Amino acid sequence: MSQWTPICRVEDIPVLGSRRVARPQGVDVAVFRNDQDQVFALLDRCPHKGGPLSQGIVFGTSVACPLHNWTIGLEDGCAKSPDEGCTPRFSVRVSDGVVHLDSAELASLGLGLERPVAGPGRRVVVVAD
Amino acid sequence: MKKMKLVMVGNGMAGVRALEELLKIAPDLYEISVFGAEPHPNYNRILLSPVLAGEQTLDEIVLNPLSWYEEHGIRLHLGKKVVDIDRARRVAIAEDGTQESYDRLLIATGSNPFIPPIPGRDLTGVIAFRDIADTNTMIATAATHRHAVVIGGGLLGLEAANGLMSRGMDVTLVHIAPWLMDRQLDDVAGDMLRKSLEERGMKFLIGAHTQELVGDASGRVCEVVFKDGTRTPADLVVMAAGIRPNTALAEKIGLHCVRGIVVNDTMQTVTDARIYSVGECAAHRGIAYGLVAPLFEQGKVCATHLAQFGIGRYQGSTTSTKLKVTGIDLFSAGNFMGGAGFEEIVMSDPYGGVYKKLVLQDDKLVGVCLYGDTTDGAFYFKLLRDGRPIGDSRDKLMFGESHVGDVGHQGQSKAAAMADSDEVCGCNGVNKGAICKAIKDKGLFTLEDVRKVTKASASCGSCTGLVEQLLMFTAGGDYSASPKKKAMCACTDASHQEVRDAIRADHVLTIDSLYRRLGWRTPNGCSSCRPAVNYYLISTWPKEAVDDPQSHFINERSHANIQKDGTYSVVPRMWGGTTSSSELRRIADTVDKFKIPTVKVTGGQRIDLLGVKKEDLPAVWQSLGMPSGHAYGKTLRTVKTCVGSEWCRFGTQDSTRLGIDLERALWRMYAPHKVKLAVSGCPRNCAESGIKDVGIIGVDSGWEIYVGGNGGIKTEVAHFFVKVKTAEEVMEYAGAFLQLYREEGWYLERTVHYIGRVGLDYVKKKVLEDEAGRKALWERLQFSLDGAPDPWLESSRAAVDTRQFAPVIPIAVATHA
Repeated sequence: MSQWTPICRVEDIPVLGSRRVARPQGVDVAVFRNDQDQVFALLDRCPHKGGPLSQGIVFGTSVACPLHNWTIGLEDGCAKSPDEGCTPRFSVRVSDGVVHLDSAELASLGLGLERPVAGPGRRVVVVAD
Repeated sequence: MKKMKLVMVGNGMAGVRALEELLKIAPDLYEISVFGAEPHPNYNRILLSPVLAGEQTLDEIVLNPLSWYEEHGIRLHLGKKVVDIDRARRVAIAEDGTQESYDRLLIATGSNPFIPPIPGRDLTGVIAFRDIADTNTMIATAATHRHAVVIGGGLLGLEAANGLMSRGMDVTLVHIAPWLMDRQLDDVAGDMLRKSLEERGMKFLIGAHTQELVGDASGRVCEVVFKDGTRTPADLVVMAAGIRPNTALAEKIGLHCVRGIVVNDTMQTVTDARIYSVGECAAHRGIAYGLVAPLFEQGKVCATHLAQFGIGRYQGSTTSTKLKVTGIDLFSAGNFMGGAGFEEIVMSDPYGGVYKKLVLQDDKLVGVCLYGDTTDGAFYFKLLRDGRPIGDSRDKLMFGESHVGDVGHQGQSKAAAMADSDEVCGCNGVNKGAICKAIKDKGLFTLEDVRKVTKASASCGSCTGLVEQLLMFTAGGDYSASPKKKAMCACTDASHQEVRDAIRADHVLTIDSLYRRLGWRTPNGCSSCRPAVNYYLISTWPKEAVDDPQSHFINERSHANIQKDGTYSVVPRMWGGTTSSSELRRIADTVDKFKIPTVKVTGGQRIDLLGVKKEDLPAVWQSLGMPSGHAYGKTLRTVKTCVGSEWCRFGTQDSTRLGIDLERALWRMYAPHKVKLAVSGCPRNCAESGIKDVGIIGVDSGWEIYVGGNGGIKTEVAHFFVKVKTAEEVMEYAGAFLQLYREEGWYLERTVHYIGRVGLDYVKKKVLEDEAGRKALWERLQFSLDGAPDPWLESSRAAVDTRQFAPVIPIAVATHA
C-alpha cells in the first residue's frame, strides 16, 4: 500500500512550470504543473544526457529538456519520437490542494542514476596499482 | 462510433504520403482501403532511374512494405485497377469486380506516359519508362539485345538512356527539339549536356522526327524510321515523350478535368466534395505537378481536411529540376530562358564544363540555369522563391553563397565528393553514411525529416546545404520546394511574419489571445513557438504586454547560463570591457566564498564564473554587486572595445568611451537573438568590429558603422552601413538599426539573416534616408529600455520567480523539523 508524503501546495508550483524536490538519496524529483493544474513528477534527469528537466519549458503534457531540447512526456517520462529513452516517473496524488508523492517510490526509484559531471580536473586518469 | 470509410484509388507516392499524414493526425478516424494497379506496395518511383542504372535495387526503393499496410489496418487491393466509381452509391469498382464503398474518396492515379501516335507503337520491345515492369523489361532486354533507341530527350528519356548505356546497350537518343531538356535548360547548357553524354558514348539524333517503328517477323521492333528517310536499328524503343495526368477514371465518372483533375486549395475536386485528388493527376490552379515536394505538400493539406481539421491550404509551389545522372550536375528553376525584357548574368567556361546563367527582372532573380556546378542551386532557388530584391549583391550574385568561413564539416561543399565516413554535421557527429542510410531506410524526403531522425543540421545548421544535396542524391527529392511561407512550428500554420503582423494589427497583448485568434492547435504552444510569441508581444507593445517568465528558455528565467551538469555560469557586466580593482576584488571574494570551480575570461571582454549552484545564484549576484551581463539571453551581450585614443599611439577616436556609452544605452535590450557590438578606435580594428551585429570603426574624420556581421557558425563580414561624424550620431544610427531589427526580426534570426531577408537597401531606406523615421526608431528603443530593471539587483521588479532557486522542502520534512 502506498504511503503518500505531502510535498507542497499545488500553487507552490508555477503554472506551466516546476519545482525540484530534494531527496535524502538520489537525483532530485521534478514536480510539474500544467495549465489545467494537473501535477506530474519525474526524476529530474533527461534520459538523453542527464539534463535537469525541472528547468525546461512546460507545454501541454510535455517538458522540453533545457540541454538539447528533447521533448519528454510528463505522463510517462518518455522521449517523444524519434528520440528514445525514458526517465523514471513518480506517482502523484493531489488532495485538498496538496501534492503528495509516494514515500516508497521516493526512497527507491532512480537511485542508481547520477547527474553528469562537469568542471576542471574531471578527466578520468587510470592509475596502475 | 462506426468509422468512416476512406478509399484511395492509386497506390503511389503522393497518395500514400497523404495517408501517412492522415494516420499521424487522425489514426482512428477511417477504415481505409487502397487500390493499386501495380502488383507492388508503394515505392519511390523517382529512384527507378538509379535502379535501371544498377546503382540501387528494387528492394531498396520500396517506401511502404506490405507490413506497413497491415500495421495500420489498411485493406490493400494490389494489381486491381479501379474501372468505375458509382458516385450515387459511393462505391469504387475494380476490374475484377472488387468493390469498396466510401465516405471519402481519394484519387491519386498519377500520370501516364504519353505515347506518340506512330505506326509500330504496339510492337514487342516498345515500352515507356514509368513503373517497375518497364524497368524490369529494360534490364532484361539489356542482357539479351544490343540496340536501344530512346525517344524524348527530357529528364526521363536521358535517365533511361543513361541507364541502358550503363547496362551495356548501344543507345541512340532521339529528340525532336533543337537541344536536350529544352523544357529545363537553355541552348548552351543543353549542348554542354549533349557533349558530355556523347563523350560517354551516347548517340544523339537531335531534331529528328520519328515516322515509324518497324518490326521483325516475330513482332518485335527492329528498326526506327525517320521522316527524312534515315533508319536506325532498335531492339528496344523507350518512349519518353512526356507524361499526361491520368484522368481516365475521373473523366468517366464526370469529374471536371482540365489537364488534370481540377482541385481547389484544399485538394478537393471541384465537382464532388466527397472526392479529393492529389499527385500528378491533380490540376491545382492550372498546374499538374510532377515533383515530389509539391505532391507531399498537397498530401499534407489533403490529410488535414480528411482529418476534419479544416486547416491548411495548398497554394502552389515553385519547382526546380535536377537530373539524376551520376556525374552530371545540372539545375534549373524559374524562367531560365530569359530573352527580351530580362537581364542575364552569364558565366561560361565550356572547357571546364561549367555554365551558369542567372535571369533577372526588376531587380529580382526570376530564373537560373546551372550546369557543371550546382552547389549554389539551393541558394539561388531560395532567392528566386522569396523574390527579394537583389540590390547591392548583384555584382557578387554569380559567385553564389559564400562558403568561406563555414565550419564543422571540413570545408566540404560537395556532398557527392565526400566519403561515407566523412562527418557532415560536426555538432552532432553525423557522417555521410549515416545520413544516407537513414534517408533510404526510413524513407525520408525533406530536410525536416532528416533533422528529426539523424539530428544532422539540427543544431547550428551550417551543414544544411550538404544535407539537402544528400537528400537529392539519395532520395531523388528535388530541391525542397517548401512553401515560401513557412509555419512557425507544428502548433500552427501561421508564419513568423503572420504572427508579428497579427500582434501589431490587432493590438494583441497576451499569448493566449494570440493563440486563440490564430487558431493554435495546441493549448499552450511548445518550446519553440511560445518564446517567440512572448518576444513578439513585448517587443511590439513595450510596457503594455506583460512578459511571461514561463515562456523563456531557462537561461532567461534564471538569468544565468545552464551548464551540462545543471549548474550555471555567471557573467557580470563590465562596461565596454573595463573593470576596476574593487570589482575584481569582489569577484575574487565571491569565487572563494561560493567555491566557484572555474573562472574564465570570455571573448566579449569580461569574466565568466562557471559551476555556480542554482541555489547560490541570488547570493552570488548580491556578493558581486555588479549588474547582470545578460550573457544568457537573446539580448545585448557586450560592446567590445579597443583602448582607443586614450592610450593607443595609433588611436584616432575614443573607442572605449563610445563603447561604454553604447553599452549603457543598450543594456537590458531583448532582441530576436543575441546582439553583439564592438567599437574600434582606428581601422586596425582590434575590437573585431567586422564580425559584429553592429561594428564601429573610428577614423580621423568620424565613425564608420558596419552592420550584420557574425563570428559564429558561418563567419559573416559586416556590411558597411554609413559614416557619421559624431558619437551622438553613432548612438542614433546604431540604435535605430537595432530597433528596426527588434521590431521586424523573426525570433532566433540574427541581424545577418534579418538583413539577408529584407535586403540591406531596405534597412538603409528606413534608417539612413528617412530621418524622421530614424529618430522615431531610436526614440522607441529608448522608450522600451527606459526604467527596465536589472534582473540581478532588482529581481522583484524584474519579476524573477525566486521560488525556482530553492528546492521544495517537503511539508512532511518541514513539519517534523
